[in-house]
Amino acid sequence: MSVLASIDLNTLGDAFGLGAIYALMAVGIGLVFGVLRLVNFAYGQLIMAGAYTLAYTTSWPVTASIVACFAVVVALSLAMDRLVFRPLRSSSPAVMLVTTFAVSFLLQAVALIIDLRDGTLGEVASAVAPLNQAITVGGVDIRKVTFVAVGVALGALVALALVLARTTIGLHTRAAASDFRTARLLGVRANRVIGFAVVVSGLLAGAVAVLLTVQNPFVQPAFALEDTIVVLVGVVVGGIDRLWTATLGGFAIGFVSVLVNAALPTDQTIFLPSVVYALVIVVLLLRPAGLFAWGRRAAMERV
Amino acid sequence: MRLPFDALTELLGPALLVILVGALATTASASNEGYFLNALVSVSVVVAIYVFVGISGVLSFGQISFVAVGAFAAGVMSVPVESKKGVLTSIFPFLRDHSVGNVPSLLLAAALGGAFAFLVGMPLMRLSGLAAGIATFAVLEITHNVLREWDKIGPGATTLALVPETTGALQATLGALVAIVVAFLYQRSRRGRLLRASREDPAVARSVGVNIHLERLLAFTLSGALAGFAGGLYVHLLGSITTEQVYLELTFLTLAMLVIGGLTSLWGAVIGALAVSGLDSFLSRAEQSGVHVVYTFNLWEGTRLVFLAAIMALVLIVRPSGLTGGREFRLRRIPWRGRWAGASPKPPG
Repeated sequence: MSVLASIDLNTLGDAFGLGAIYALMAVGIGLVFGVLRLVNFAYGQLIMAGAYTLAYTTSWPVTASIVACFAVVVALSLAMDRLVFRPLRSSSPAVMLVTTFAVSFLLQAVALIIDLRDGTLGEVASAVAPLNQAITVGGVDIRKVTFVAVGVALGALVALALVLARTTIGLHTRAAASDFRTARLLGVRANRVIGFAVVVSGLLAGAVAVLLTVQNPFVQPAFALEDTIVVLVGVVVGGIDRLWTATLGGFAIGFVSVLVNAALPTDQTIFLPSVVYALVIVVLLLRPAGLFAWGRRAAMERV
Repeated sequence: MRLPFDALTELLGPALLVILVGALATTASASNEGYFLNALVSVSVVVAIYVFVGISGVLSFGQISFVAVGAFAAGVMSVPVESKKGVLTSIFPFLRDHSVGNVPSLLLAAALGGAFAFLVGMPLMRLSGLAAGIATFAVLEITHNVLREWDKIGPGATTLALVPETTGALQATLGALVAIVVAFLYQRSRRGRLLRASREDPAVARSVGVNIHLERLLAFTLSGALAGFAGGLYVHLLGSITTEQVYLELTFLTLAMLVIGGLTSLWGAVIGALAVSGLDSFLSRAEQSGVHVVYTFNLWEGTRLVFLAAIMALVLIVRPSGLTGGREFRLRRIPWRGRWAGASPKPPG
């Protein structure tokens, strides 16, 4: 089959790399959705802020630069929660979502102003660029960042799984995600759980900022915007009600996009978005509660 | 359909407001007129979105696809035949050799928008909640991708220019009025009420025999037709258009207008569109001609967007139910005077 023949190990490596990054973003979005029932459209702007931090600290030692990136992203994530999410906690999903649109535009507009101080659009974050070099594994060139991305994603997911399974705060978070009101009645402190989710989601955004700037060191205000939209779609396709289905959805849409891109004839790759989104529609029609959501929940959303 | 006085005020409030804006547009200077016309076209787009999203309560990110289809259909079909060979070189010969006038192009835009919405809606209207939001968003992405890359049906990634600029004050006002009247008649009709019932409680609505899939499909189609029509008005206002102008930014901006005005009322759709357009116009005037809001920001590009986004977020945080509280325009009886006085209703809480 010509479709399979065009998928080589190189493509598979890229597919796993992008899938891993999208999985991290999906966890960050899914975690906040779990406790707040809020789809955070402005998640990409956290990553954008991290990428700008990396760009502006290029002259620093790499470790310091990465630490600064994490600090800025987590601080911004907490500020977003305090100033925007908290006042909106009792609002309808549509209002929360549209408010995060506004926040997203606000942060992009602010980034544009900061960026344009030097008269040119865009900054270059080159400190972490060496990770983009290829290494040869069994005769195939695979970029180092692919291994780093997959490694970071697996590490972060295992760590998060352990925290959620073994610690008190993890237990509280899971309780809040399944039924916030009952969890509060049983003594789960809302602000602590939400704070935890917001900080973890910020840390993940920081990690994604580092990984994305390795692949694309040119940072501008719309950095990670498209990726965020794709991941949001993937999260809903996978099943946003549970963290693991959301994560798998994020991974799947990254993985599948790279494979479809490789499988399309070269002159047809311009229609890649159409093919991917047509798949999205088909999956949503067949499994409205999510591709990976099994059991009774799967049939609930259907009218 | 009986139209008591209360129902008429529900129509007259938005209609008179739109006529007032149209009248202001005719008195404004040439450089300011564009702001008013833009606001009026925004009203048509937001009312079109309201017909589906507001009345059904199902979030759709896809209505701008129908605006895009309408805009490009009306645009491509109204570029004069003699200029088409130069501008749209790779287009299908049938489209290249025919052109239509202003009004037929608007009707064509509405028909195509409605037909496209009907086709898309048939499968998608089975969905609700976030799945519906994402599926309609996928429609927007596909529409944009095809319009942008397939240069046999339109200009592709280049700008479509030389569209007659027929949307003046009269056409913009009449267009907005048409959208408002259609939306009003639909929401007062039996079908509109059935859909509204399904928004308030799907289970109860179904139990009394409402076919939710059918009602949503009808509203989606009507909304698509109005959106296509608004797209036609838009392209005739701009004179030239690219696919990027009817894509993500317009989707988010118009949805924000609807939610800021008040998601569940026609009055909210009109107020939201006019308030956000007005604010945007004021801010861009302030940015251009030095009406300093805060003087230092005036030097930088893009501050208009900072203020616009910040004020929109603030309004949503302070008044989550929107400026109108999602209620229709009403004249309230003031009992101790025994006569009618105009007032917009107070929001709940």
